[in-house]
Amino acid sequence: MRAVISVIGKDMVGILAKVSGECEKANMNVIEVSQTILQDMFAMIMLVDIENSNVPFASFVEHMERYGEQIQVKIHVMHETIFQAMHRI
Amino acid sequence: MFTTNEILETIKMIDEDCLDVRTITMGISLIDCMDENIDRSCEKIYRKITRLAKDLVKVGEAIEKEYGIPIINKRISVTPIAMLVGASGGDPLQYALTLDRCAKEVGVNFIGGYSALVQKGFSAGDEALIASIPKALAVTQRVCASVNIGSTKAGIHMDAVKKMGEIVLECARLSADDNCIGAAKLVVFCNAPEDNPFMAGAFHGVGEADCVINVGVSGPGVVRAALAKADPSLPMHELAEIIKKTAFKITRMGQMVGTLASERLGVPFGIVDLSLAPTPAIGDSVAHILEEMGLRHCGAYGTTACLAMLNDAVKKGGVMASSSVGGLSGAFIPVSEDAGMIDAVKAGHLCLEKLEAMTAVCSVGLDMIVVPGDTSATIISGIIADEAAIGMVNSKTTAVRIIPAIDRKAGEELEFGGLLGSGVIMEINQAECADMINRGGRIPAPLQSLKN
Repeated sequence: MRAVISVIGKDMVGILAKVSGECEKANMNVIEVSQTILQDMFAMIMLVDIENSNVPFASFVEHMERYGEQIQVKIHVMHETIFQAMHRI
Repeated sequence: MFTTNEILETIKMIDEDCLDVRTITMGISLIDCMDENIDRSCEKIYRKITRLAKDLVKVGEAIEKEYGIPIINKRISVTPIAMLVGASGGDPLQYALTLDRCAKEVGVNFIGGYSALVQKGFSAGDEALIASIPKALAVTQRVCASVNIGSTKAGIHMDAVKKMGEIVLECARLSADDNCIGAAKLVVFCNAPEDNPFMAGAFHGVGEADCVINVGVSGPGVVRAALAKADPSLPMHELAEIIKKTAFKITRMGQMVGTLASERLGVPFGIVDLSLAPTPAIGDSVAHILEEMGLRHCGAYGTTACLAMLNDAVKKGGVMASSSVGGLSGAFIPVSEDAGMIDAVKAGHLCLEKLEAMTAVCSVGLDMIVVPGDTSATIISGIIADEAAIGMVNSKTTAVRIIPAIDRKAGEELEFGGLLGSGVIMEINQAECADMINRGGRIPAPLQSLKN
């Protein structure tokens, strides 16, 4: 099982480290990262493996949302299956 | 790996364009609850519904949380109760109270199936159930009723049409203190689908399995946003392509949620209803999609054409995205539930006759339309007969859910709140048709050949 973490907000130093740090705490392995700058906005997409995670997925989603507010970016965590369903036949 | 644009598109659909799964509806057959003793019958119903649906809300909420997709309603539809009344006799109201108790126990906001199918005639239980509808909807909160009075194969049962005009009016009268809400929980159908997950017209058809999960998707906001991004000079067929692609994505999400729910509940997956169901929320309007196509106001000439294309494109896009499509599937035009429709009525651009024309090409029918309280029962029957005729001749579902606003006049408003929105009372043609309605009888089924 994999999840997609998207981070959108103003670019800042250490953002990748901060988000991947939270993944490490939850024992989620980061599989792939891509990041782009869209009109001044920083957009990072992370694909993580949640198979061996030590927290229930729903609480991780909530935690990351709150963490995003703390560091002033918008963080969404969603199951990869949603994107599979919508964007791949 | 997905591209950044794909990820952001999905997030924007949910966050900004009101994409949601409108309802997960569990269809439950009550055939095995029939009993000649009404108390025993009600007891069996209570036990069966609370057993099968005990986890419905919990599972729905868990999927919502885990997958980040809003699932607005969790609901139940049951076998038309008139059949159980036929077997047990007694006061049908007992069934309504039992269904309401079940809904409260399992935490669903509506339970549909206080219904009768009388397209060709009344059988045992039908008339008693129909007569009890106004009281049933007044004393319960979560029960929804529907009556099928016509079909392409059977024609239109005019005795039932006459009766339903009176019943609609009585429903409004008995709930006059509560914005006539009773009438908003009653749908009069022609060609009623047996696997429809949407209220108020949901019931579990007799040809269905014992228990199934049906899902109704939504997303007018997503379609509008996709059209808003398109080049304004695009020809109509290219707009249709955009709608198809968007409908495909919306439906895939519905299919995924339905499959998950059915696995977790251990209940077979029924259908995805590919509908664009508006809500009063900003940006969640079907009228605004039509306006995005180039109409200054919904209701302008060209509206029926735009709606026809929208309805067809939604189906074409959705069909490939789901293993099983059913229900109403198409664009809904409930006036009070759609911010754009409400504005169009207020501005005088949208009248009942235009809405009637629109129902010939879209998914359902005259839906959530508020009419003056002094409208006679026979005029309401006339509206029902006209709408049923459109459904019968065009081999499609049509329905009437109109709310006579008791003691109020055209131009005033009824405030239903929540997803039902608010309705401006529409001025309608008050010319009487009583002599025709009072004839009763049947309008024979139409010819299926020589179609012109």
